[in-house]
Order: sequence, then structure tokens, then C-alpha cells
Amino acid sequence: MRLPAQPGEWIDRTTPLGFRFEGRDYTGFAGDTVASALAAAGVSMLGRSFKYHRPRGLLSAANHDVNAMMQWGGMPNLRADATPLAAGMDLEAVNTFGTLERDAGSMLGHLSRFLPVGFYYKAFHGKRLFPLWEKMFRAMTGLGKVDFSAPRQRTPKRYGFCDVLVVGGGTSGLAAALSAAEQGAQVALVDENARLGGSTQGASELVGKVLAHPRIRVFTDTYAAGYYADHWVPLVERERITKMRARAVVVAAGAFEQPAVFRNNDLPGVMLASGAARLIRRHAVQPAGRIVLLAANADAYQALADFIRAGIEVAAVVDLRGTLPSEQRALPAAHDIPLFAGHCILEALPSSDGRRVAGVKIAPLGQTQAIAELACDGVFMSVGWAPAAALLYQAGTKMRYDAGIEQFVPEKLPDGVFACGRVNGVHTFASRLLDGERAGSAAAAHCGLGGAKPIAVPTETDSPTHPWPIVPHPEGKNFIDFDEDLQLSDLENAIQEGFDNIELMKRYSTVGMGPSQGKHSNMNALRVLARATGATPGEVGTTTARPFFHPVPMSHLAGRGFTPERRTPMHALHEAAGAVWMPAGAWQRPEYYAIHGLTREACIEGEALAVRQGVGLIDVGTLGKLEIRGPQAAEFLERVYVSKYAGLKTGMTRYAVMCDEAGVVIDDGVIARLADDHFYFTTTTSGAAAVYRELSRWNTLWKMDCGIVNLTGAMAAMNLAGPKAKQVLTGLTDVDLSLPFLAVREGNVCGVPARLMRAGFVGEWGVEIHVPAEHGARVWQALMQAGQAHGIRPFGVEAQRLLRLEKGHIIIGQDTDGLTTPGEAGLDWAVKMDKPFFVGQRSLAIIASKPRPRQLVGFMLPADHAGPAPQECHLVIDNGDIAGRVTSIAWSPALQRHIGMAYVKPGMDAAGSTFAIRLSDKTLVSAEVAKTPFYDPDNLRQKEEA
Amino acid sequence: MPWRLLRFALSKKHPEPRMFTRHDRLKPAYDVVIIGGGGHGLAAAYYLAREHGITNVCVLEKGYIGGGNTGRNTTIIRSNYLTPEGVQFYDESVRLWQDLAQDFDLNLFYSNRGHYTLAHTDAALRTSRWRAEVNKHFGIDSEVVGPEVVKKAAPMIDLSCGGHAPILGALYHAPGAVARHDAVAWGYGRGADMRGVEIHQRTEVLGIGVVGGKVAGVRTNRGNIATNKVLCAVAGATPRILDMVGIRSPIYIHPLQAMVSEPVKPWLDPILVSGSLHVYISQSARGELVMGASLDPYEVQSTRSTFDFPESLSAHMLDMFPFLSNVKVMRQWAGMADMTPDFAPIMGRTPVEGFYLDGGWGTWGFKATPVCGKTMAYTVANDREHTLITGFGLDRFRNFALTGEKGAASVGH
Repeated sequence: MRLPAQPGEWIDRTTPLGFRFEGRDYTGFAGDTVASALAAAGVSMLGRSFKYHRPRGLLSAANHDVNAMMQWGGMPNLRADATPLAAGMDLEAVNTFGTLERDAGSMLGHLSRFLPVGFYYKAFHGKRLFPLWEKMFRAMTGLGKVDFSAPRQRTPKRYGFCDVLVVGGGTSGLAAALSAAEQGAQVALVDENARLGGSTQGASELVGKVLAHPRIRVFTDTYAAGYYADHWVPLVERERITKMRARAVVVAAGAFEQPAVFRNNDLPGVMLASGAARLIRRHAVQPAGRIVLLAANADAYQALADFIRAGIEVAAVVDLRGTLPSEQRALPAAHDIPLFAGHCILEALPSSDGRRVAGVKIAPLGQTQAIAELACDGVFMSVGWAPAAALLYQAGTKMRYDAGIEQFVPEKLPDGVFACGRVNGVHTFASRLLDGERAGSAAAAHCGLGGAKPIAVPTETDSPTHPWPIVPHPEGKNFIDFDEDLQLSDLENAIQEGFDNIELMKRYSTVGMGPSQGKHSNMNALRVLARATGATPGEVGTTTARPFFHPVPMSHLAGRGFTPERRTPMHALHEAAGAVWMPAGAWQRPEYYAIHGLTREACIEGEALAVRQGVGLIDVGTLGKLEIRGPQAAEFLERVYVSKYAGLKTGMTRYAVMCDEAGVVIDDGVIARLADDHFYFTTTTSGAAAVYRELSRWNTLWKMDCGIVNLTGAMAAMNLAGPKAKQVLTGLTDVDLSLPFLAVREGNVCGVPARLMRAGFVGEWGVEIHVPAEHGARVWQALMQAGQAHGIRPFGVEAQRLLRLEKGHIIIGQDTDGLTTPGEAGLDWAVKMDKPFFVGQRSLAIIASKPRPRQLVGFMLPADHAGPAPQECHLVIDNGDIAGRVTSIAWSPALQRHIGMAYVKPGMDAAGSTFAIRLSDKTLVSAEVAKTPFYDPDNLRQKEEA
Repeated sequence: MPWRLLRFALSKKHPEPRMFTRHDRLKPAYDVVIIGGGGHGLAAAYYLAREHGITNVCVLEKGYIGGGNTGRNTTIIRSNYLTPEGVQFYDESVRLWQDLAQDFDLNLFYSNRGHYTLAHTDAALRTSRWRAEVNKHFGIDSEVVGPEVVKKAAPMIDLSCGGHAPILGALYHAPGAVARHDAVAWGYGRGADMRGVEIHQRTEVLGIGVVGGKVAGVRTNRGNIATNKVLCAVAGATPRILDMVGIRSPIYIHPLQAMVSEPVKPWLDPILVSGSLHVYISQSARGELVMGASLDPYEVQSTRSTFDFPESLSAHMLDMFPFLSNVKVMRQWAGMADMTPDFAPIMGRTPVEGFYLDGGWGTWGFKATPVCGKTMAYTVANDREHTLITGFGLDRFRNFALTGEKGAASVGH
């Protein structure tokens, strides 16, 4: 029922919003939550429980009401108690079979005696039948439904910075924010509610001051999802995440009101007093007409005043305490409300349809005979609190159990982390103000802003929390965990079975593992364990509080989903030329250039042929390109590569192989000496970033007199190769093109400063041209234009792979693996063991003294081979055992047969001998070991001077 | 409804005894002391008692049983490794797994879901083929399949992965399974306990006595124990225990993180792994999506969570499954992985007589729990390595006889 206007209510009565729930139309107001609007319409059953499908309603109205989860189109698991009402919502309860009203799943409630804690561990595991049972379990499990047509949402993120982050905008948080800001701190104040002020009335003056303060930034409708190292706290807003880096953090997150445990304490209408008060104050909703208040602290009587003011008839106050302060007795007495001190609710009685509480049985605490039965349509509970200490735990706070207030409180806080208010064990309104001011001042002082004010906060005289709000009942249904449908006996039975450690009990019973992560169940579970094992709650301890505080949507975590992609300066030219792209790490490279009407294979073969017979041009700008300068540059390179470079003549290049400490080949490239103390060198495309990082690390460790610069993105590079390449380049450069094989020259190409390296990777006369990236496209175009008369073709990665295979050149990562040593890959010639040191040398020396386990060899299939050819990574089989594998294979247009490389066992590597390759379909193909290079074995073409 | 559940309804008191006996004090001596009450340690204890009749054994656990990596992993079980040693070892493990629930008389929710390692590059496709061929050679059900097969197994997947990492194929491993990880520790624990093994929780090892190169005893926070045989099965704490006996190892510790979503109605049947996107995912019997990624890139001895982990993992998840935007991540956590240079574990005897090592389990320890327990029990009982683990000795690093599992283990778990 909607109440008349309440002071400070959050709803806007001028903006009605229509919505549907379970097929019926309702109207609420802007400012309502889904749950408050339904409560105003008299709907008390909002969902069904996870296991027994029992009717459930509102509990906290504070974002913990996992039993009131709803589905709206593609949005699963919306929490009705925290989701703002929007016009046109069409909602359904999650996890019902049929409708909420007629849920076929509710028959499980009748079977509950068969399904005690951990029942699923005790049966269903027959090997044959388990898959069938499992199918049934999977049909029953889960909450909301995923909608496969829901679009990907991209959510922005931003970085935030502040001196003091205050988490929680209740009384103590407001005081802390003000006090820190007044000492000069830039403050960020976060609260998960739509408005500041927390759950207590009386803070409105503070709210005004905070909102007006120039140094306080307020984030409402935002929750701090977790605490990460160095005061890094992601703030989850509706539309984005702000990753806040603070210099100090004040946790003023308050406390969760805890339910009492009695039979049928899960009936709709049984709720926390703080939740009922929220509905009244914020949404002007009267959640029940006639209630029984279950009390055990001063908060209960403050709430009682609210209830009376809202016109709720209070049938009785039942207080777990035998004696209570006179000022608490005064209010019920003044309104002629019966007060049952030292009593408990033995059980709540359901209405005839079982969907709402209709009465309670009251008994003296500890006795099982009811002395009274009262009719009511609401039971409000205020028996105690559990600190919202998740962030404190994540920050590494040591907590202790304070028996005076029956609550865990911080004992030792990490540097720069502060706590105040209820989470700090301070509950009285005036004390919370003081505690907030103290913590805010200390936090500002931590940032070097003023001194920490010496404020003494009085200790609580009256415990706000009852140590044992738990009433056993022979027929059970006294729930401890509403998420997981766990009754008192479930936990007792888990303990009986030996799960008598808080973590084991959690894992076996699943208490606290549901979507609310134990916010309303962990404390009572802990009390049950403590009592059963004769330990104090402090000795039992708590389970680890892991992120997140509330679940966070994947869209928010993912953000915009930034996937960087690198493109060379010639990208658009390749695109125009019909490039078919392939990813190469972060880069996109042309795999080949498509020609209309030709197959992929024909295109690749055509490109290769152009290089062999005319001229081709390939973009090799994705190679890592590094430069090293300094008196010790040559020595540095000798330490990180296996060959020698000190004697390399200026103006020459040399192949370079890099190993890791285990002697495993990890990268290769070419090193060019430009001056005595100046080298320019390349790495593989995929290895570029890692090699640069590793070389920088070595340089830092060794403190050598040289510097390394990564020019990978700054330089464009292309390889012009083929018998007509020189003719193409003549006239475009001032470099003397009679330069010898493996020479490097600096000069101009097309008027652009360039480095030219005579290379032979593809086996023809070729030159690698490196120019500043901004000129790459121009030089490429000029070469293509000049080459037109010679039939030039751009060629892609696939043609290059084929051409290099014809030459027997290996590709690191394809022809090597995580254990390949240089010797196995046929690179012994490059390894200079007579150097004083290089990375991997010691390992290679040991390896050299042992028999070599395998050898990379070239092979050919018979020229008349018919049927499918082997593929890369098909196995070499010898006497039925694995003897190696194919690493590369291709049809060679030049040789008119399949050629490849493979690892084989020692003794199988003699040229001319044959071995067997097994295809996926298990047929064996015979291959003949061949000397490499397959093509132009004397390497005459690439060295040719004319 | 199975008749076994009847007894719960028919009996007044919960008809289940304790699974683990409480022991108030340690005995002065044991035949074997096992350090670490995770799956591995408890499994070794179980097989020592069951298969070798050695029951004067205690398992020492600093925290609670199964609280380390046994309770932190993403429960994937498979045998599609790369080396013959690895393939045969894990294949035996899968075989043991399949009978474990009946051995224990405890439902482990061993769920055979099929395992797809997605390949987004031709290099990944090559590695897939390599693994498939090696697997098939040893009779293990693995094959390279095309994108259309992936689509059939998970029809809702975006095969283009947001357009930037198209799925070219996959390594399909039919026996791939998941299981309820905690129950594995409980099952082994209960089985060992029933056979006389003592499990001591909240018992921390402070030192190991070595006299003349032989193990003599163990010092704990609850007193000293004399013993000649110690098995170390402590995952991320391995270097700390090795320090106590003066053994050097090439193990380095990296955190491995994971996260889980709120429960949603089951929609994903298979287990999917993507090396390029650093994602592995399965949906549990509770309806939660269990998600993991690759190792953290830095060496840290801590189980602290970092925020960049759910950020990047969620982004990659949405590349594969864009419709999960509104599904919420409920919880994240971390474990400590003891990594070795060749991504293979270390098992067997050590230079200290009577000190047996079961470590270097990196990110692949859970699936090996049964076979490791069985072979380590054999090794401890006979002071001789079981044939299935001879390729995994500590001396392989000195001898340069590595067992290269990098290609199969890096993100695969």
C-alpha cells in the first residue's frame, strides 16, 4: 500500500511508470525500485527459492535480495530490490517452472527430507546413470536465462584520482568525507544508493554540506566492487566503471542487518526491519498492515517508531533479550503494544495459500511450547548486524571478534586504510558522527594534509547484536541461507560429517556461495559452527571475502573491448591490390593477393613464380627492427646472439640466432653493422616485442655502455627480389647496386633516406629496403610503378613461405618448438662456442656432450606422389613409434613436387634414405631425405652480381 | 529418486558419520609424513594405505584440506598433451578419474563434457594437429575439427570472435571433463582416514630434519615427528619446503587467477579453451560460468586478486559470446602455480634420501590428482619411481632431458 507523502521520499509522484510482472500490469513511480513498486501494489511473492522453490519476497531492500531476482528480456538476474523501475519493463521471476504462481518446482519442497545437505554427493554417481541424473540437475539449476540475441554492450571506463576515497555515504561516511575535505583533501564519496544519507534518518544536514563542498566528488548509485593493491578501487556506476586510485581509503560501508533464524523465516512478509523502514521512508510503501516486531537491540525500537508513524498496526514486540533498557520499553508501552521480553518467534505461520506470513507462534526463549499465537501479515526483524567488511578484508585488515558488541571489528588496518561507523563497531548515531570525523581526519593526515584530530569515540554500552538469534525447530525450515535454501539442520549435519572448519563447512554446505555471497548468512552460519564446536566466533573466524562486493556485469568489466591491431604504412595499398589478410601477432599481413577467377593456390604460385622469373615485392615491415649504439654494442650482441659480431665489417650483415638460457632457439634475424659502434638488426615479427623486452632486461642487468632503440613502428621495410629486381631499382636510388651479397648501405631511394640490405631469404637477388615509416607507401608505389615494365607482383606471406622452403630456410616457431636447440635445427654453423659467453652457451655445452635426440632434415615426396599430401605436424613413424614430425611442407612449382622439412631420429637423416609420414587417416606416405637447399643448391642466384 | 536418499527421510538423526577423524595430537613417529593436505597429498595417502598397506601415515595441512589449488582450479580434466610421457601419464589419470566416484562411494560430479581447444591462427592449428596426432598414437580420442564442428557444439558462439580472431578450427578431445574439485579432496581424505591415515589440519611444517643426507624428522607448530620418509605435495609453497632440505629447483611461482559468474540456466555444454584469447570456460552444475585465463606474467607468491584480470577476461569472453554482456561476474580468486621451465611437473626421489617431491604442477595439477597420488604412493613405498613418472624427475634439469609440454600446457590447463 502506498503511504501519503513521506518527508524526503525518493519517489516522484508526478511520473507514473507502467510495467508488467508475471504477465500482469502495474504502475509505480519514478524513483521506485521494482520491488518497492510491487510492494506498493500489494505483491509480496517476488520469486521462488533456488532449491525448494519456496515462495520468497523482500528481505533487505538493500541489494541482497537474491530470492527476488527477475528476468527482463535479455537481462538475467536483475535484483528487484535494487533495480530502478523503468517504464515498459516486462519482468518475470527467474527459476520457475511454469509461472511464479504455479511453479511445478515447488514439489521439491515436499521432498526436502530426502535432500539434506550434500545429498548430491551421496547418490546419483552410478557410472551409467550419472549422465542422466546430470541432465536433470542441469535442467533444474541456474537462475536467469541468457538471451543469445542480446547485443554486445560496450561500456566506457575512466581513471579517477583522489586523496581520500570514502566508501559509504551514511552517517559516518558523510562525516569522514567532510572532515577530510575540510583538512584540504580532494575527496571522492561513493554510495550504492541513489541518494546519500544511508539508512538512518538525521543525516540530511550533513548531506547538504557534503553536496555543497567544493572538494568532495559524490558518486551515488555506485558501488566499490573491490579493494586492490595500492588503494585501487573500481567504482561500478550504472553506465561505466571508474577505476579510482586513492591515497587513502576510508571504509564506512556500514553493516548488513541479519535475519533471525526460526521456522518459516523465509515466508514473504518476513523481512528485516531496516528493509521495511527503507520502503517506508524512500518509497512511501507500507510493506504490511499488521506486524510482529522481533527485536534484540536499540535499532529495533527506532524502527518501531517509523512503523507506528506509517500507520502499521503492531501486534506485538518480541524481544530476545530478557532485560532491556527502560527507554526501549517506553515506546511499546506508550502505544499499548504487548512486549514479550526474553521470548522468540518459534515459527511463522503461512497463509492458506502458503504465499505470505499469516501469523507467528511465540515462545519463551529456549522453550519449544508456544505461549501465544498472533495473526499478522508481516514480521520485521531487528536482532543484529554483520559488518560490511569485504573491502577491509581484501585490503588485508586483521579483524577480531568483539564480544562486547558481538561483532567482528578491525584490529589492525593496513597503511592508508581507515574504517568508521558500524563496520568499525560504532553504532550509536552520535558516535558514528565522531568516528567518521576521526577517520576522515586521519585519512587526510595520511595524505600529508593536516594532523589527525585526537577524537575519542565512546564504546558502545549496549550490544546491537544478539549472539544467538537462532531458534531450532523439530520440523526445520528455519533458514540460515536464503540464496542456497540451507536450514539450521543442514549446517549441523555438515558439522557432524566432519566439515567443522568454516571454509570446509562453506564448501560442503555451499553456505555463503550464492549470489549475495553470504551477506545475510555467513554470520549465523559461523555462530552455528562456533556453538557446535565449543569455540568462540573469533576462534572460528570468517571465510575469505573475495571481490566482488556486488556482482559486476561483464560489459562493465570488458569496457570498450579495445583490441589493438597494427598495420604497416602500406596497408591501404595492399588492400587496393586485393590482399587477403592474415593475423601475425598484433599485425595484419597480406597472406596473398587475390586475383579474380584464380584460386588461392594459383595466386600464391603466381606470386612465387614472379619472384623466381621476374621480380616481386613483399612488405616485411612487421619484422622487429632494433638499433643499438655505444662502445659496447658489439659485445652486447655477442652476448645475446650465438654468433660473433665484433669482427663483422662495417657495411656488412650477418644472420643472427638467439637462444634462451636452456639453449633453445627463440628468435632469429639479421644484424647489420653501420659503424663501429652502431648496429641495425631485425627480429621475427612475433618475437619483436619479447626480444626488445628481453634485450632491455639484459642491458639493465649487465649495465653495458650501449643503448637499444625499438624502431619497429618507425621504419617501413620491403624486400624487392627476383632476377629483374636490380633493373627495377636502378634509377630510383643513389646506392651503387653492385653491392655484394650480405652488404648493407645507407643512401636514398626515391629521394628518401634508406637502408639497403642485400638479402637472400627467398633465394633470388634481393634487397631489403628500410625507410622511415612515413615514406613507406611512397617508396612501395614507386617500386611497383618502376617494376610494371618487368611484370612485378606484390607477394604475400604464403609465397614467401614457399620460396624460403625451396631454399631450406627455417621459420622460428614453425620449424622449431619449445625445446629445439640450434644443432637440431641445422644451425650449428652459427653457434660460436669459442666466445667467452652468450646466453644459452653453458646449456649448449652440456647438450653437445650428449647424443642428439633429433635432427631437422629436408625431404621430398616422390614426383609421382598421388593422393593427399602430408600436412604440417603429421608424425614421422619408425617401426610403429613416433620418430619425429613434419614442420613444413608445400608443393614446389620450381621442383614440381612436394618438399618439406621434418624432425627425424638420429640415424634417419642420411640423404637419399626414406622414412614414413602418417596422415590423419593413418595412411603412411613415404618421403625421401633430401639435401637443402632444394632449389639452386649452390646459392648462385641470390649472390649473382649482375 | 535414488533409494539411497530414502534413509535420510527415514532416520531421525542425520545418518552420516564423520568423514574425517579428529586427532588431538600427533604421534611421535610415522612411517610416512605427507606435507600438504590437498588432492595430491591425500591421494598419495589413500593409495599408500589401499595399495601398499602403509597406514602409519600422517598428512599435515597448514590450513584446511583441499584449501589450496585443489579448491582454486577450474576443474578441467583432459589428457590431450604433447609429449609421449605426458600423454600416457594423463591418460592413466583420466582412466582413474572415471571410476573414482564409485571407488569413493561419493559423487564427484565427474562430467564428461568434451573439450575444444580453439585455434585462431594457422600456428595454433598446426599445434592442434601435432597434439591430435600424438594423442591418437597413444589411443587417445583427439582430433582436429573445423569451425563448423565448434559451431555445432556451441551454436551460440561468435566464430569470428568480434571480427579480430576468427576461429579456424579446434583440437577436439572427447574425454575432456570437469569435476567437483572439493569433493575430490574429501573423497581421498575419507578413504585414507577409513584406512588409518591421520589427517592433521591447521598443522604447519616449520622444518625438516636431515641427518647424513637422509630424512630424520619433521618439525611442526604442534610438535616434532620422527620419520624417514617425507612426501612434499604443497603446490605453490614447494620452494619454501625445498629450502628446508637444501634442494635447489628451477621452480618459480606465478599467480593463476579465475572467476565465476552468477548462476544462469545452463546453455554451454562443452569446455572451451582459446589460447589466443586467453580464455577457458565451462558451465558448472550450479549454472555458474567458470572462467580462467593464462598465468599472470609476473612472479608473485600471493593469492591476491588483481582487477585487470576480470577486465581482460571479460573482454575476451564477450568476443566469443557477445550476449553475455549483462551476465555478472560474482567472484574472483587466485592460486599460486609452481612453474617449471619445460611446463611439466617434477615427481620422484630427490638428492635427499627419503624426501620425495611432488611439485612443479603449474596450472595442470588437478587433472593429475589420481595418477599422481597412485604413482607417488608407489614411489614412496618402493623407493623407486613408477614407470609412468620416470620422465618427470628433478634431475632432468641437470641432465638437459626436458619434457616439453609448453605447447600443450600454456593456456590449456
